[in-house]
Amino acid sequence: MSEHRTPPPVSTMLMRGLFEENPIFRLALSLCPAVAVTTSVKNGLMLGVAVLVVQVLSSMSGSLVKHIINPKIRIPVFTLLIAIWVSAMDMILAAYFADIYQQVGLYVKLIVAFAIIISRMELFSMKHSVVPCFWDGLGMGLGFLVGLVLAGAFRELLGSGSIFGIAILPFKPLLLVVLPAGGFFTIGLIMALFNWVDVKRGHKLPSGGGGAHG
Amino acid sequence: MADAKVVSPHEILVEGALPADAASIRLVRSSDADIPLAVISVKPGAKSNSFLLTTAETLNSQDNYQLTAKGVDQPWEIAPSPLALVFSVIIGSALINNFVFTRYLGLCVFFGVSRNKDTAIGMGVTFTIVGLLSGMIAWALNTIALVPLKLEFMQIIAFIGIVACLVQATDLILKKVNPILHKKFGIYLVLITTNCIILAVPLLNATSGATMLQAFGLSLGAGLGFALALFLMSCAIEKVNMAPVPMVFKGLPVAFIIAGLFALSFLGFSGLKVA
Repeated sequence: MSEHRTPPPVSTMLMRGLFEENPIFRLALSLCPAVAVTTSVKNGLMLGVAVLVVQVLSSMSGSLVKHIINPKIRIPVFTLLIAIWVSAMDMILAAYFADIYQQVGLYVKLIVAFAIIISRMELFSMKHSVVPCFWDGLGMGLGFLVGLVLAGAFRELLGSGSIFGIAILPFKPLLLVVLPAGGFFTIGLIMALFNWVDVKRGHKLPSGGGGAHG
Repeated sequence: MADAKVVSPHEILVEGALPADAASIRLVRSSDADIPLAVISVKPGAKSNSFLLTTAETLNSQDNYQLTAKGVDQPWEIAPSPLALVFSVIIGSALINNFVFTRYLGLCVFFGVSRNKDTAIGMGVTFTIVGLLSGMIAWALNTIALVPLKLEFMQIIAFIGIVACLVQATDLILKKVNPILHKKFGIYLVLITTNCIILAVPLLNATSGATMLQAFGLSLGAGLGFALALFLMSCAIEKVNMAPVPMVFKGLPVAFIIAGLFALSFLGFSGLKVA
């Protein structure tokens, strides 16, 4: 693991997180926040940004320390690295965005347990140097952010008739989608949409359907 | 000292020397001690030296109340029985606020292992036991060390550390003590670390300042609720695998739709209350 692989071009690293390996709809990792905080765009955006920052910082710091840690204990070390960044992020958000933090605070703390972050450290940071890790983290984080905002926009528009807190429709079309159950339906439908786009573009679906990586 | 308890939605049974005059009695909820609840009448109870208070407001036997009277030094503390408290927390966290279906936690593992009944049961059992242990250890650490030392900002790091150590320790001990059991459940142990519920339980306990009994109830209820959700889901998934699902919905999308339907039906539990 000591020598670095040649990193793929920056555009590939960025686009991979956004579509081909979108953490939510393709890899199906870290689904809890995707369903939980997307009742409005604002909540989704805030958690998305938090994950983006933690992902970039963790990937980079993971890459920095990979030579000095014993591979056998890399998982606990990575977990601690993530926990440190999450604690910092948690305190910053609690201090500056108190009102949204009240709603999504628990999920900010739970970023520690999000599989996407540790899996990127394991798959990418262990093999690449700091700068490619920054781009990879940024791509994955952006993919996560876009996923959360997409689901948030869908649910807020249908559930509350507004986007970003600004009323667009004079009525609430489908109150169901902001209920707990609606979150599951939304993510399921968007996942199916991703699959449908893929089929239209002539790709073959991975066996067992999209996002079967659990 | 005298005893007092809520016997019906409008009555409190008090034992001890109470002035038989409603105006000199003050009843408050312990959570907001500034707002007195009106006492309408004081009647002698069935036993000697016991009284039956009637209140205008509806009382909840799960709440804490405080009763003071003029001329009596010691106040009466009215609290639900410990067993009732634990039971209501368990029901609350397993059914009413099921961690999977209404709090959306632990979804990665939930969708990962709900593909057949055997793995679902294995994961459910393992998770309930480890979750209960880690919940109690985390609660103890938080109450004994972190809060008195004002180290609350270390909560995330401390709790994830406990979970990681506990999972490793259980794995090692089980491997030595019972290799057959380890062969069966060892794989689920490793997966537990990536389950958000195991971290959410101590965090929720710490935020709400739970007592030991409440922490016990939440840890156990979370595990039982997760096991129930896993089992239900695996039963449904086994059936869906035989059904002609549209191609783009195969796999996870349809699993999400089913989870949504379960979440809808779990809404029905919101009326459940321990009396």
